[in-house]
Amino acid sequence: MQAKSAGRKKRNLQYRKWVPIILMGLPGLIYLIINNYVPLYGLIIAFKNYNYSLGITGSEWCGFKNFEYLFKNDAAWIITRNTLAYNIAFIILKIILGIAVAIFLNEVRSKRSKKFYQTVILLPYLMSMVVVSYLAYAFLGDRTGLINSLLNALGKPSITFYMSKQYWPFILTFVYLWRQVGYGSILFLATLVGIDDTYYEAAELDGASKWKQIHYVTLPLLKPTTIMVATMSVGNIFRSDFGLFYQIPRNQGLLYNVTDTIDTYVFRALLQDGNIGLSSAAAFYQSIVCFVTIIIFNYVIRKSSSEDALF
Amino acid sequence: MRGHKKFLALSHAFLIFGSILCIAPFWLLVTASLSEESYAVKNGYSFIPKKWSLSAYQFLLQKWQIFGRGYLITIAVTVIGVLLCLVITMMLAYMLSRPKLPCGKLFNFIIIFTMLFNGGIVSTYIMYSQVFHIKNTLWALIIPNLLTNAFFIIMVKNYFNSNIPEELVEAARIDGTSEFGIFIKIVMPLSKPIIATLALLVGVNYWNDWQNAMYYIDDQKLYSIQSILNAINESSQYLMQGSGGGASLPTETARMAAAVIGALPIIIAYPFFQEYFVRGITAGAVKG
Repeated sequence: MQAKSAGRKKRNLQYRKWVPIILMGLPGLIYLIINNYVPLYGLIIAFKNYNYSLGITGSEWCGFKNFEYLFKNDAAWIITRNTLAYNIAFIILKIILGIAVAIFLNEVRSKRSKKFYQTVILLPYLMSMVVVSYLAYAFLGDRTGLINSLLNALGKPSITFYMSKQYWPFILTFVYLWRQVGYGSILFLATLVGIDDTYYEAAELDGASKWKQIHYVTLPLLKPTTIMVATMSVGNIFRSDFGLFYQIPRNQGLLYNVTDTIDTYVFRALLQDGNIGLSSAAAFYQSIVCFVTIIIFNYVIRKSSSEDALF
Repeated sequence: MRGHKKFLALSHAFLIFGSILCIAPFWLLVTASLSEESYAVKNGYSFIPKKWSLSAYQFLLQKWQIFGRGYLITIAVTVIGVLLCLVITMMLAYMLSRPKLPCGKLFNFIIIFTMLFNGGIVSTYIMYSQVFHIKNTLWALIIPNLLTNAFFIIMVKNYFNSNIPEELVEAARIDGTSEFGIFIKIVMPLSKPIIATLALLVGVNYWNDWQNAMYYIDDQKLYSIQSILNAINESSQYLMQGSGGGASLPTETARMAAAVIGALPIIIAYPFFQEYFVRGITAGAVKG
């Protein structure tokens, strides 16, 4: 009897030790639960005829009506296509250019110039999308933009960029890469710096050219980092960079066909049209496809290398 | 060896080209803001304007109250946000970093899951505006962004795991130091690099935020510098309010000047914190 109660006391003591530690973690956990978990309940708005005065619980159910409305016109297809197509292009180009920049940076031996390049290439990442939209406007504006003033100087007519949708896939991709490549290269560079010089020395002894060294030594050693970067991006393939797609085309209706993504659509339905039902249906649709992607993706990763699986 | 020299030259060429590509837009923004309005409207901006003028900045100087207030709001939000985030993140990461933490897997999952799935902006918006009533308060610019990136928590946790010797914590415990005392007296002083990195990443986040203001702020008195830029973007009339109108106002160049004023502090401060920034990105990439 006595031994048993002593054991319980000991266990109690052990748990008591954790109380202050868990108390320290509590503010963060409570915040995450409120900010990230409570809104999950709000996903049911997608199936309701939301009414501000009645609230989420009080509003009437309306089945799939919001979804019918969303999928009835082309909008659902267009925003899905845009979100996916841009993200796929972004992921591939960002990785290729990020690796290129990292390899070139790693080649530069002088510490000063290396730091200079890195500082400059990273600068765009620190600018808010609002500022970036001003920068883009300085180039693309109808009357004042640099491109049009150059075109006019050459005797060519101006291009009204903010009304011509054919240019926007390139503009948006360019702006995205302009802002992200420097940031993306850091991870690759960190891996490259860690590569043992003896690999290259051995390759050199074998008479391998620089290109061959990159092909057979550098790129294979970058594979794990590349997979990690790709993994993180693919999980978010149905989420778009709202700032990019909202700020850079300056929310021009004529361009929606090629600039509208799920996130900008949700935003406009919510704040500009005040259509909560439609907005939450689109948001719900996004959450579900995201979730399914991650589950499938995690399954694939666990099959190939269980260590890298997320859960 | 000749191949190497060629490759080195190629590297420099590529990086110089990239650097120009990164800087040129800023250069154009500055020269655009310094060009003469009527000339710019007629001939467009250029990298070296033929007619210079300070009238855009003179015009903005008259509006110093708007920008002064905007900067005050931005600075207040950034400072409060960073401090709150630091305290909450460090404590939560410390808890997660403790070996043999009860329910450790569950806690970890709670954090990782937030990166994968969320309720979306609609329900978040309704919750914050209808339940917590943060609309048109300074909190609207602080609270929704507090722990936006669960990666930061994992980054700090990893730092603790590899940089705080468990023996030190154990020794302090035997000496009778409370758990919170250990955190303050031992863990914090050993964590200066990660504190700097985290403060930086979170600070830039707050400084650059304009989205929360779009959702939660209607009151122009609460506009941060980025929200002011956003408002000018949405309507060029924003700056012209109360200036009587007239064609002589530098509408176009003043917009560019406003963007310069908005971007300048980060551009000036950036070279000083560049190293911490790079370190932060590298550290944050380690999986939890």
